[in-house]
Amino acid sequence: MSYTKPEFKEKYENFIGGEWIEPVDGRYFEAFSPIDNQLMCKVAQSNKKDVQLAVDAAWKGFETWGKTSVAQRSAILNKIADKMEENLEMLAVAESWDNGKAVRETLAADLPLAIDHFRYFASVIRSESGTVSDLDANTVSQEIHEPLGVVGQIIPWNFPLLMAAWKLAPAMAAGNCVVLKPAEQTPVSIMLMMEVIKDIVPAGVINIINGFGPEAGKPLALHPDIKKIGFTGETTTGKLIMQYASENIIPVTLELGGKSPNIFMESIMDKDDAFFDKAIEGLVLFAFNQGEVCTCPSRALIQESIYKPFMKRVLERVEAIKMGDPLDPTTMMGAQASPDQYEKILNYIEIGKAEGAELLIGGEKYDNEFYPDGCFIKPTIFKGNNKMRIFQEEIFGPVLSVTTFKDEDEALAIANDTIYGLGAGIWTRDVHQMQKFTRGIQAGRVWANCYHLYPSHASFGGYKKSGIGRETHMMMLNNYRHTKNVLTSYDQNALGFF
Amino acid sequence: MATQRVSSTEAANKVIDQLREEHGELFFHQSGGCCDGSAPMCFAVGDFMIGSRDVKLGEIHGCEFYMSPDQFEYMKNTHITIDVVEGRGSSFSLEIPLGLRFIAVSRLFSDEEYKNLEPIEVD
Repeated sequence: MSYTKPEFKEKYENFIGGEWIEPVDGRYFEAFSPIDNQLMCKVAQSNKKDVQLAVDAAWKGFETWGKTSVAQRSAILNKIADKMEENLEMLAVAESWDNGKAVRETLAADLPLAIDHFRYFASVIRSESGTVSDLDANTVSQEIHEPLGVVGQIIPWNFPLLMAAWKLAPAMAAGNCVVLKPAEQTPVSIMLMMEVIKDIVPAGVINIINGFGPEAGKPLALHPDIKKIGFTGETTTGKLIMQYASENIIPVTLELGGKSPNIFMESIMDKDDAFFDKAIEGLVLFAFNQGEVCTCPSRALIQESIYKPFMKRVLERVEAIKMGDPLDPTTMMGAQASPDQYEKILNYIEIGKAEGAELLIGGEKYDNEFYPDGCFIKPTIFKGNNKMRIFQEEIFGPVLSVTTFKDEDEALAIANDTIYGLGAGIWTRDVHQMQKFTRGIQAGRVWANCYHLYPSHASFGGYKKSGIGRETHMMMLNNYRHTKNVLTSYDQNALGFF
Repeated sequence: MATQRVSSTEAANKVIDQLREEHGELFFHQSGGCCDGSAPMCFAVGDFMIGSRDVKLGEIHGCEFYMSPDQFEYMKNTHITIDVVEGRGSSFSLEIPLGLRFIAVSRLFSDEEYKNLEPIEVD
């Protein structure tokens, strides 16, 4: 079976102050689906003026939302989740068209995780507190949380709805109003989400403006009335966001990607059992979401002693990856998100070949009989060494670079020989070895005997050049609020200085 | 003449000219990381604070081209050609509203070229 293409409106305006608002200058840009490279619809091409409208609407919304009780905020977040769940299939199919990814993943991962994210933040704000300290017999210190006000968020295109949920849920839970700019490659699915939830969300709490980075993203990041900026993307824009934030002295959280190592120790092959099968899949997860994941396990480090038999089994599994119609739930890989990404990935494949890496499988575009004009690339594995560019630069495609190591120390050295530190995986049957790696790897998330799980309440963020801040955990709330200290003296007597 | 580390195609030069008319003097900074990373970003001079340790690889069509020193470490054996393709990139790079995206096409230097490389300016 295959899901039919959703019915998109001819054009989508901005969502500002609880309403659909024409872009001030009346300009729209065309949104294409990477599945067939055909026009889906038009979306607002916003500029500084639209950003101003959105920021103003958000501050107006904040007058109420900032004072809304935790119980009510929580209830609204839960209602958003419920509405999204009622429309899960429609949103999953729209997400697939917007981004190119297989509907198999949007149905089973993107949407359920996004929905749960709203529920998670709905629940944690009901059960947390500030703190109170008795500093001495007559002095009490209270640490109280207060929202920042209006925050700006610029999100990426690889998991459009999930990344929106990661940003919106904690910001709203903490009592802020949001102006969010989706990525220009994937501006549509979130508009369908807003159609679904608009009657639940109080006016001005969520404002979505579409447009291009230099025209809409920049004025948002530079706006003097936003109190925090969150960004997920690449390093140069990350630096630029920090630079802009320095102009207004506001906090920044950044998630900037990685070149995540996935380490396979020889003990995984002690038995040919369910766990070994899981480890094989654990390596093949480089192809998850066509490799367009910040934590894509794009470097596999395999112990030399098991390299040949393990790789034989891995290649069988990669061979079995089903490509084809992304709207067919049995299809495992979809299209790359845009033609420029597609070109970039193919160029990296050429770099790999030129650098002398050994191509083990794939290494070329995939001719899709269903969508001959789409951006499809075969899952690709190279064997080489960690100094090669394909081992050091984020390709953001289904391209895995494999190398071998002799012992634990060498594996750890290779794993940490990267400028990034977002994710990592360690696969072993030896608990002592596992501890050495989970603590020895310099990354914000180490998956031990698993990979690519993104549950709420497990923090996510980077070491090194991979960014600043931790998402998907209640600790993110503190990136969206002030701490106010109220220091009260119950002593009737003067200090005695004057 | 010494080997250049970075060059640009005619198509890229045309886009640079078009952008220069609108935004004034331009420069490039190679990005890393996820999403639209591993790609060149084009900004107006003064709009992005070039890092004090960033490496200048050369100039293309009158625009200086920089990258961070840790990225240069892995790209120093590669020649980069800046080209332009149709595409909907995100990021703040100036060509994006045109529905175009600069891309960095790489190839390894030959041994001959490598010996004869333009020295790198380091502050």
